[in-house]
Amino acid sequence: MDPLTWTGMLGGVLNPIFFGLIALLAIALLATFILSFVAPAEGVEINPDGTLAMKPGLANTTGKITNLLFMALVVVVAIYPLSGVVTPYGTGGILGEIGARLTPVWIALAATFAISIPFKRKLGLYGKLFDSPIGMVGFALVMFWVFAAFFAAFDLILTHEPLSQVSGMKNKVPGTPLAGAPEGAYPHYLLGGDNLARDVFSRVIQGSQVVLIIAPAATLFAFMVGITLGLPAGYYGGRLDTVLSFIANLVLAFPVILLFFLLVTPEIREAGIDIGSYRWTIPTMMASLLFAFPIVFLVILWNSRYFTQPAKRNLFLAVTLVVGGWLYLGLAWDADPLGVVSVDPAILIVFVSVVFVNAPTVFRIVRGLVLDIKTRDYVAAGQTRGEGPWYIMLWEILPNARGPLIVDFCLRIGYTTILLGTLGFFGLGLSSESPDWGTTINAGRRLLSIFPHPAIAPALALMSLVLGLNLLADGLREESLKD
Amino acid sequence: MALFILRRIGVMLLTALCLTFIVFFMTTLYPNLEKLAKTQGNFRMSDEAVARYLEREGYLEPQIVGYGQWLGVLPGFRYENPETGEITGRCIDPQTPPEEAARYCGVLQGYWGFSTVFKEEAGEIIGKRLALTGKLAAAAFAVMIPLALIIGIIAGMREGSKADRGLSTFAIATSATPEYVSGVIFIAVFASSAFGLKWFKGSATSAMEDATFANFTLPVMTIALYGVGYIARMTRASMTEVMTAQYIRTARLKGVSFGNIVLKHALRNALIAPFTVIMLQFPYLLTGVVITETLFNYKGFGWTLVQAASNNDIDLLLGCSVVAVFVVLVTQLISDIGYVFLNPRIRIS
Repeated sequence: MDPLTWTGMLGGVLNPIFFGLIALLAIALLATFILSFVAPAEGVEINPDGTLAMKPGLANTTGKITNLLFMALVVVVAIYPLSGVVTPYGTGGILGEIGARLTPVWIALAATFAISIPFKRKLGLYGKLFDSPIGMVGFALVMFWVFAAFFAAFDLILTHEPLSQVSGMKNKVPGTPLAGAPEGAYPHYLLGGDNLARDVFSRVIQGSQVVLIIAPAATLFAFMVGITLGLPAGYYGGRLDTVLSFIANLVLAFPVILLFFLLVTPEIREAGIDIGSYRWTIPTMMASLLFAFPIVFLVILWNSRYFTQPAKRNLFLAVTLVVGGWLYLGLAWDADPLGVVSVDPAILIVFVSVVFVNAPTVFRIVRGLVLDIKTRDYVAAGQTRGEGPWYIMLWEILPNARGPLIVDFCLRIGYTTILLGTLGFFGLGLSSESPDWGTTINAGRRLLSIFPHPAIAPALALMSLVLGLNLLADGLREESLKD
Repeated sequence: MALFILRRIGVMLLTALCLTFIVFFMTTLYPNLEKLAKTQGNFRMSDEAVARYLEREGYLEPQIVGYGQWLGVLPGFRYENPETGEITGRCIDPQTPPEEAARYCGVLQGYWGFSTVFKEEAGEIIGKRLALTGKLAAAAFAVMIPLALIIGIIAGMREGSKADRGLSTFAIATSATPEYVSGVIFIAVFASSAFGLKWFKGSATSAMEDATFANFTLPVMTIALYGVGYIARMTRASMTEVMTAQYIRTARLKGVSFGNIVLKHALRNALIAPFTVIMLQFPYLLTGVVITETLFNYKGFGWTLVQAASNNDIDLLLGCSVVAVFVVLVTQLISDIGYVFLNPRIRIS
């Protein structure tokens, strides 16, 4: 097998077009930018009958040209990976073959957009996302990684085992063929090999699973904690608010990086209080505190709404307590009676510290929103009707605070992803074999100036996911402000 | 105003006490002490040897007592060797006799303890390293703030324009690029043999003595880039809000030129919000500094913090955390006071 080049045979045709378009676009952008200060976007023309008419000015024309060039560039860029889906192996080069491996992701993405766009008016805030180009780009980036992680679990995208080492592939550049590959094995390392001769492409895809499981789940838990504490702090105020705000500020004043270095160490998993033969370790302590909040939240949620219908309430509470309690025992205490749910202690402490760092910020946001919303008339109406304080907080105030909270949720998943990467970058928590992006960047940075590819691939992956989440949040903010 | 500042300072001191106690508590947990004893002695030490070492060094006292000694409100720890009768202790210098040594020696007395990794006084190390980090952070701020403000103002003065769209997207992209991503990309593109552009150096170790364009640019850009996006977005938001204000419209109707409106009327009010944001950016800068210094091997404060934390160097880590917490709390205070001071609506009422 020959080594693959980046663009393959297709590159002979597409590369000149690509670079030509880039050059033209750069000129057009610069011209538009300068003209937007010099020439007016519209000129005024006086018709022979004395009426005035607006005429597009010079800046407008260059703007239109820029748009056209940009569209053309997007099409060309899309052809590179997508060509691999239809052309025979090797024609599209590395980019084409990566595109071919990602075929299920493209299909799923296209299906999501094709189904969502016709019904966008009926889908609430999610549907409105499709009115904002920025939001759509962000959504596509996020869903790209969600689908990649999902299909990787079914063994559809990975080209090699993320942990298997192939001799002779150490630090090889992208597109290197496998020497003496066994029959039926994928013939190339698409993004090269890392310093342990593992396939970088497969590790990046596999790494998205770790990130996309921990980051949203940790953010969700942080929101549960922040909401459960922020609602009463804002609603009641007084001493409760003072104490909770002080604790929140305390955690916020703690430098994140120091906290990670103190919390996420192997030693911390051994320290704790001995209760008989059982040692209540610090991670378990924190987990048993933080993981209780979702259950408390749901119990109060159901109880405040359905306490007048005991049958319904008891059903909801029973389901919450049984399922929640089961997960709680398994996740926090590693004591699932059925032996199904358990977490690796190394991952647990990473998870717990990320929740711990994020919760105070959510608390402050929720508290601020409640302070604002509780002065509204509908809250006063609820109080006059004699509704309980928790009903007002959870069923009157919280739904009306959802816009900013959803936006912050997206941003916070991105921030959590960055935090996870930071942990991996310092080699804290996750094992050094873990394919998550931070750990991979950490492993790759030692040889960065000679073999940059093992570190760059996960770095770009992390950046694209966080960028997608930020754009998504921006799109959502724009659309939620419109109504 | 004076009462407000006094109260804030009171809360600040309380916070600092709580946080340093947490750090002290975490670093003196028994497994951490055991690791410390083994790195100081040897890795095959028996449990008794570990306990003996820890007792001699005074780590086995109750944690609250140890914290009091570190702080300097309790008399320093002393240990009398039962066999030789020799007295050693926290406050006792090997050269001076124990009778002459001070009873109290803690942070309040200006003694920051002794670093077990660097074999130097913690206070001296921190001072030296902070100066190096100060150089890096000052350069990063000098790049970051003007760039962010210019981007924010240009984007915000005509909301929805092409320039606004482009610059806003750039700002979002930079805030999605943490230091360890941008640093890796910078090194790979500008300093590696793979891309062939060897414009800068991938290591900033030589910049500690002699910062040049070649060895200092990449770390400074790495730190600056992540912060630019956030400050620029805040500036833009504040600028767009000011540009829709009534008095701006009045100025336009009076015939003031657009440039004059932006520079003389809008800018001063638009910069109030970014000021607080810039101040609150310092704590985030700390994380950035730690990552960047580790990545570029620049031996400043962040690098020291990593060394202290990974070796469980208790006194040095406590010193680092005092500095870090101090930076966070003081910037919060300045940001609050500055906000009140800059905003005439609050200042006068």
